[in-house]
Amino acid sequence: MAKLRLLFTKEAQASYISHLDTMRTFQRVFPRAELHLKHSNGFHPHPIISIVLPLPVGQSSDCELLDFETVEETDGAGIAEKLNTGLPAGLRVRECYPVTRPVREFTFLRARLELLYDNGVPAGTADALRALFARETLMIEKRTKHKELAQIDIAPLIREMTLTEQDGSILADAVVAAQNPGLNPAYLAQAIERELPSLKPDFVRVRRTEIYDTEGNVFR
Amino acid sequence: MDKRLERILPRVQKPARYVGGEYNAVMKDLSQVDTRVAFCFPDTYEIGMSNLGMRILYGIMNNMEGVWCERVFAPWGDMEEEMRRAGLPLYALESGDPIRDFDIIAFSVGYEMAFPAMLNMLDLAGVPLHASERTELTPLVIAGGTAMFNCEPIADFIDIAEIGEGEEMNVELIELHRRARREGWTKQQFLRAAAQLDGIYVPGLYEVDYNADGTVKSITPKDGAPKVVTKRIMRDMDKAWYPAKTIVPSTEIVQDRTTLELFRGCIRGCRFCQAGYVYRPVRNRSEKLLVEYAKEAIEDSGYEEMTLSSLSTSDFRPLVQLCDDLEEFCAQRHVNLSLPSLRADNFSMALMERLQKGRKTGLTFAPEAGTQRLRDAINKNLTEEDLLASCRRAFAGGYSAVKLYFMLGLPTETDEDVLGIAEVASHVMHAWRESASNKNRGVRITVSTSWFVPKAHTAFQWEPQIPKEEYERRVKLLRENMLTKSVTYNWHDSDTSYMEAVISRGDRRLCRVIETAWRKGEHLSAWEEYFSLDRWLEAFEECGLDPHFYANRKREKDELMPWAMISSGVTEQYLWREHERCYQSVTTPDCRTHCNGCGANLLLGRPCDG
Repeated sequence: MAKLRLLFTKEAQASYISHLDTMRTFQRVFPRAELHLKHSNGFHPHPIISIVLPLPVGQSSDCELLDFETVEETDGAGIAEKLNTGLPAGLRVRECYPVTRPVREFTFLRARLELLYDNGVPAGTADALRALFARETLMIEKRTKHKELAQIDIAPLIREMTLTEQDGSILADAVVAAQNPGLNPAYLAQAIERELPSLKPDFVRVRRTEIYDTEGNVFR
Repeated sequence: MDKRLERILPRVQKPARYVGGEYNAVMKDLSQVDTRVAFCFPDTYEIGMSNLGMRILYGIMNNMEGVWCERVFAPWGDMEEEMRRAGLPLYALESGDPIRDFDIIAFSVGYEMAFPAMLNMLDLAGVPLHASERTELTPLVIAGGTAMFNCEPIADFIDIAEIGEGEEMNVELIELHRRARREGWTKQQFLRAAAQLDGIYVPGLYEVDYNADGTVKSITPKDGAPKVVTKRIMRDMDKAWYPAKTIVPSTEIVQDRTTLELFRGCIRGCRFCQAGYVYRPVRNRSEKLLVEYAKEAIEDSGYEEMTLSSLSTSDFRPLVQLCDDLEEFCAQRHVNLSLPSLRADNFSMALMERLQKGRKTGLTFAPEAGTQRLRDAINKNLTEEDLLASCRRAFAGGYSAVKLYFMLGLPTETDEDVLGIAEVASHVMHAWRESASNKNRGVRITVSTSWFVPKAHTAFQWEPQIPKEEYERRVKLLRENMLTKSVTYNWHDSDTSYMEAVISRGDRRLCRVIETAWRKGEHLSAWEEYFSLDRWLEAFEECGLDPHFYANRKREKDELMPWAMISSGVTEQYLWREHERCYQSVTTPDCRTHCNGCGANLLLGRPCDG
């Protein structure tokens, strides 16, 4: 028996696969690669897998983590290659290795946002956004689990923010809190819409690019 | 990905169904492709991807050199709205290319209520709706599937209908189309040649005249088209291609499991059942081959459930053997076997033990009628004692829920038959008291009734559907008499069943009605949220046609049916004999007891596998 972790990419078409469907997709990929997963006991046994931090639908990522347990004893060698022959387009396993660090040590994530302006970036946008994200408090509106609207200050959840302009778009490179509580980087765009409506981008692409522990070291 | 699509997707429900890229989706190099087929299913991705026929034909077409077959499904309402607003034409999932540029647009249609969705998809694609407006060889619009046994209500919109099983016919048609393009034929030349292929029906080559009373007077084939088009079948199921390696969707679909098709046809001969007639004769796959296919399909898909599919799976002779031969393989992989339907008269202990281990939640039986007299009249050869014995076995074996399906409005039905349904439910309840292994869990008995829809090519094709008021009276009668505790009664909404009865036996004049209803907003009529009876009634009024003429009229024996140019292989004499036997409440034995001479075995050239 082995406890293993996958590091995988989720992009292009696969970015539209929901969290639950991603779980289902992986549940089917393992037997295709002739790996026997440990199943839950009880009335409806199902393979035990968990995705460390669900990615919102529509976002891409270079650094998704998935934990699972195999019946066989293995250090994960060769598993990534095997799994990659059975995955849908846009999902690709980068590494497979034994779990050494608990999930709770995963603290920050880096995300790249492409803010697209169809008619060109308005003059002074980058500076205005820098000022916006440097504020002491930055409120957004979010639906809670109980479906109520709540006002949340996201300023304390933003750790780093670099903005650069590049033909027709602004690139935002942000490091934000990942959990307890975490910040969905898409809310950074909502903050722009709320506070600076005239600078609202026409479309935003979001991609997770790295994940870190509390000290800012890469988390695996 | 198309930029317009990228902007739309974050705003629609379940975007994964609009992007393709699934495991085993077929990608091809366009420089090696000379024939592009858009394989359209006029319903959502979740329904279409659950269709085994679609998977078989997708595989067969893509196995042809130079042919790239891609999938297209009907967008849900939110997606359709966004696509229209963005000016994004209907595209194929594999390449993302607009299907109006494809060589062939092929629909798979299993249900009449999907007809308006076909029009909607053509419109979304930017393809002219009427066959007569499409003067070029491409795109050719063809359709297949069970609904083609009466495709008259869409005769104006399609160039060609494939009647029966498409495995061979589809290949022949694509080859012919390829030749026509290479040699520069006109569309008319091509259609005339296609009409000579077995199973191919070209509606435009038939002239239909009507009597003053609205019935069909004559059907005249032109340009050498055959008087009768007889359906195609696969004669040898052991040679019929099975999609062991097939697309595994990345989002949940309705039938989210591996499907193993055991046999085609049905031995039973229920007089109301269109599938029971049009899928004849019975043809089995060999058990040994099925075991191989099952293992291959499970290994490739990674699914943990496999359904053993056919019209009446428990009639498969080596069923228990098949389950046993798969047991070890399935146990190692945590794979459960399930059956889509059970007959209440041969549901055995042996079978129960092999199915859905640990998941003893519910069983479904379809007695269809409440009294023995009516069950005999519709030839549902099932006795109440069989049903109760099966229920007792199920309850003793740990099942605690039973669903019972019935129809209201069957020919010859009386109030006594309606009340008989409540009695059956109370007897099932009694059976639970007698035999439940664990009474503490309680029992759930669900009775569901639907409104009988007479269908073309069945023994009841001459029968009227009972009027809506009468159907509602019978529902009310049953509701008031369903007194047993623990019995839940559900009845089917009547509006869709009425329109289904109109269209399923409709003629060519309904093309205008369907187009009008579509223009009024009937885009996805198979879904209650997108169906409006008022819109349909308005469409009938505008076209000067009476829907009751189609749904509620009794046809005479010698009436020329609008679908008379199509043969399922079962003779009209046989259907009429079955129709008469209904009124005598005389049963016809199943095809296993002895051959009743329906005529379908002639398609096979040997006795069928009943």
